Amino acid sequence: MAYKRQIDRLPIIPADAQEFNVTCHYCIVGCGYKAYTWPMNRQGGTEPNQNKFGVDLSEQQFTETEAWYAPSMYNVVRQNGKDVQLVVKPDVNCVVNSGLGSIRGARMAENRPSKVTGTQAQRLSDPMVWRNGVWQPTSWDDALDLVARVTAAVITQGSEDDLVVSMFDHGGSAGGYENTWATGKLYFESMKIKNARMHNRPAYNSEVHSSRDMGLDELNYAYEDYELTDTIFMVGANSMETQTNLYLNHMVKGLQNGARFIAVDPRRTITIASSEQFAGPENVLHLAIAEGTDMVLFNAILTHIVDNGWVDAEFIANSTFQGGEAVAQDEAHPAALGSLEHVMATCRTTLDEAAEICGVPAADIAKAAEWIAQPKEDGSRRKCVTAYEKGIIWGNDNYRTVGALVNIALATGNVGREGGGVCRLGGHQEGYYRPSDAHVGRPAEYVDQYLIRGLGGVHHIWACDHYKTTLNASEYKRVHKRRSDMVKDAIDMAAGGSRAQMVEAIVSAINAGGLFVVDVDIIHSQIGQNAHVILPACEANEMNLTSMNGERRLRLSEKYMDPFGNSRPDALIAAGVARNMERVLREMGHDAYADQFKGYDWTTEEDSFMDGYNKGNPEVTYDRLRAMGNNGVQEPVTGFENGALVGTKRLYTDGVFTRHGREDGKALFCAAGWRGWQAPGKAREQAAHRFWINNVRANIFWQNQFLDQKNDFVQDRYPHPFVEMHPDDMVDLGLNPGDLLEIVNDNGVTQGMAYPMPTLKRDTVAMVFGSPAGSQGNVVSPGVNELVLPDYKHTWGSIRKISDATPAARKVSFKSHEVVL
Amino acid sequence: MATAGAAAATVLTPEQAKARALARVDYPANRLANIADLMVNEPMDISYPDADSPGVLLKLGQAVEGGVGPEGDVVAFSVLCPHKGWMMSYSAADKTLNCPGHHSRFDCETGGQQVWGHATSNLAQFTLRLDDSGDIYADGVDELIYGRLSNVL
Ligand code: SF4
Ligand code: FES
Repeated sequence: MAYKRQIDRLPIIPADAQEFNVTCHYCIVGCGYKAYTWPMNRQGGTEPNQNKFGVDLSEQQFTETEAWYAPSMYNVVRQNGKDVQLVVKPDVNCVVNSGLGSIRGARMAENRPSKVTGTQAQRLSDPMVWRNGVWQPTSWDDALDLVARVTAAVITQGSEDDLVVSMFDHGGSAGGYENTWATGKLYFESMKIKNARMHNRPAYNSEVHSSRDMGLDELNYAYEDYELTDTIFMVGANSMETQTNLYLNHMVKGLQNGARFIAVDPRRTITIASSEQFAGPENVLHLAIAEGTDMVLFNAILTHIVDNGWVDAEFIANSTFQGGEAVAQDEAHPAALGSLEHVMATCRTTLDEAAEICGVPAADIAKAAEWIAQPKEDGSRRKCVTAYEKGIIWGNDNYRTVGALVNIALATGNVGREGGGVCRLGGHQEGYYRPSDAHVGRPAEYVDQYLIRGLGGVHHIWACDHYKTTLNASEYKRVHKRRSDMVKDAIDMAAGGSRAQMVEAIVSAINAGGLFVVDVDIIHSQIGQNAHVILPACEANEMNLTSMNGERRLRLSEKYMDPFGNSRPDALIAAGVARNMERVLREMGHDAYADQFKGYDWTTEEDSFMDGYNKGNPEVTYDRLRAMGNNGVQEPVTGFENGALVGTKRLYTDGVFTRHGREDGKALFCAAGWRGWQAPGKAREQAAHRFWINNVRANIFWQNQFLDQKNDFVQDRYPHPFVEMHPDDMVDLGLNPGDLLEIVNDNGVTQGMAYPMPTLKRDTVAMVFGSPAGSQGNVVSPGVNELVLPDYKHTWGSIRKISDATPAARKVSFKSHEVVL
Repeated sequence: MATAGAAAATVLTPEQAKARALARVDYPANRLANIADLMVNEPMDISYPDADSPGVLLKLGQAVEGGVGPEGDVVAFSVLCPHKGWMMSYSAADKTLNCPGHHSRFDCETGGQQVWGHATSNLAQFTLRLDDSGDIYADGVDELIYGRLSNVL
């Protein structure tokens, strides 16, 4: 039977409980929540004057009431050294979510660490060093001294290229302006680290280079554009699962206002099913294209629009480049960029050609073009908002495919206008503020391969777990473990020696091919098993944290509880590393180098915010953000008037495009020439295996799966990583629902639980991405798109059964996900 | 009965503090129906623990864990969606409860497991008991019912 909490009553929030602004730190949407805290020995009552809501709680509350919270929204946490009661519930006054919670965000309270209720017992509380064969808790001074001594020795004996850094670039969660600035200052200002990568890709690069090169920031609209538009054009995304309240609170309103919905996705997603319910099936068009062929589809849609004269000629004339080719194709630009006319020579694709390659009817492609751009009966222009995500970002030929999609938005003038925009949907919130990364170069170093080749001696890891979220993960893990084990062995051998002897032993092991690993994280992650020093970080609300969401809405998510144990904000950990580097380098006699590590005398995360973000945006301070509450302000902030920050609802309303840095302010089109599989090895792998191994997300834990490894509610639903398959394919392979299976190819092996999904195409599986219990990255080949963009989405393998369903898997419901009304 | 919170958040006298309710609510035993009234896979509207908490009584036709009755197939659930409290409807075709609000759905054959949805709990199920005459009584709930901070108000 399903997991039940057996809670029949919750403490009532007293009228005088403390109240805090919270922005959900899990996904990009950044829903507004309110946190309430009050002492353990007090509680509110049912009388209106006894509770925060001012209502009679001895009566049943009605649909969408503000005056109810689920057990997952309650916990007991530490605040200023004392245990307090906590409720974190959706904020009805936040324009992002209007009181809606999601299955992730509405579990924020339950996912706080608590020594009283035992939640998140996995959280790290103290720095640890590898000592005498185990990880020993120690002081910050001891741990940071070792980090600095080994790092300083390696980069002074060799160069800064020997320090490899994996670091988040996002907001929310572990990121945010405070933490990206501090880590950025450390690695890009005090040092000039070239061998860096981000949490989800093997290099330090943009995921949407082409959009930026064409002049468009990838987050250029406002969420309300979904409510104002005529057509929502969604590509390679599944917002009902992964931008839940953006879908429910904005897209659904658009659909209910009469907008049509076009979905480009090889599989029927829950977003498509729900859109049919909300808009009527006649207003939903699903283009179930063959995997990896998106670019051809976009080119055909563009061609049809151009040939029918449905383009926005005025916009094209005023806001886009006119003189043929503007940027030539070269190593840093996988396609030429220029005028619409110029790129049409490359992009021109007939409906029939596209139908053939994409495997969808030509009539449907024509219909998509009509829904996007055909003027309405009264001659007025049709508005279309375009949204895309991992289906093409982690797809085939990233640069040209994203470029081909942006082409359509530009040709139809759907940028900088109400009901328009061409935006990625996003994963985490954003919160990037760092010194220039120009020294990294483009294409950036493929850092995973650098490590696999035996290069680099020290690896600093910030809230990344490549065991779960990299490609070619099998090999990566093998090498990373082997190299870090060499250092562990050296440490064990040198046990009992002085610090200097220990450092010397570690450096010798590094010189012999070893890798010294420093892992900064909130939990002891899988890659953390290879660490020699583990530094415990804290999360949003255990510190103040600023981030912006998918419509550039900047908020301060307030600290309402203490960091767990002795953990610290990443910003202050980075400052600690810097201060120790300065001290050690000075001791070593490198005075000038040591001076580069000055400027980290911070005691709070706010100090990092003021040192970084505020210097570039002097209007923005914590006090002013706090006053802006959960609605915050949309970036860029342009001023401060009448006691409020003034923001920017949507970008490019003036038709001037700047993201590429061109003086003329003209947007460029992309010459998106089709060339089949772009990343090496994909075609061969496709030919060799029966099943396409698509990777997908699930609303229940996407973006917080690492926190849910021991969560009973989540584990009860998915005790093993799910691998959705067509039921007939399961019969072929002798698989019953819940049976355990292996996916095998030349890159490696991974495992999961067979989950029947009749809406899938045959010979296709949809496996959850990033699962701690079965990494889909194990079977993804090292082949990347140009500019080192991973093509996780295209992997093929063979499948075999390894076990009958476990007792846990037998309790799972395998019914269709689609609502039956 | 009074809820735990009925006393004020203000300071209590020793007498008041002593008169507080128990740590868990006391559930009433309410007769919902007689087993003979139930048809296989035809939902019967009920309410429990009181008239303001609507639910559904089901004879699924196949034994399920937690089911009562001679066939072990009788179950009862709250029909208030634990996401935002919309009223759910029963799909006889696949024995699920479905929410028109934001499309969460719950499997009546696995104890109300959320098949897909936005709620942070599975569906509140009512504990059932059958007496010798075939009368079905509800006498407990295993999750907090939407819209009330105490299952018994
Ligand atoms: S939709 Fe995203 S931001 Fe909103 S509550 Fe859910 S996880 Fe949090
Ligand atoms: S109220 Fe049921 S899904 Fe939202």
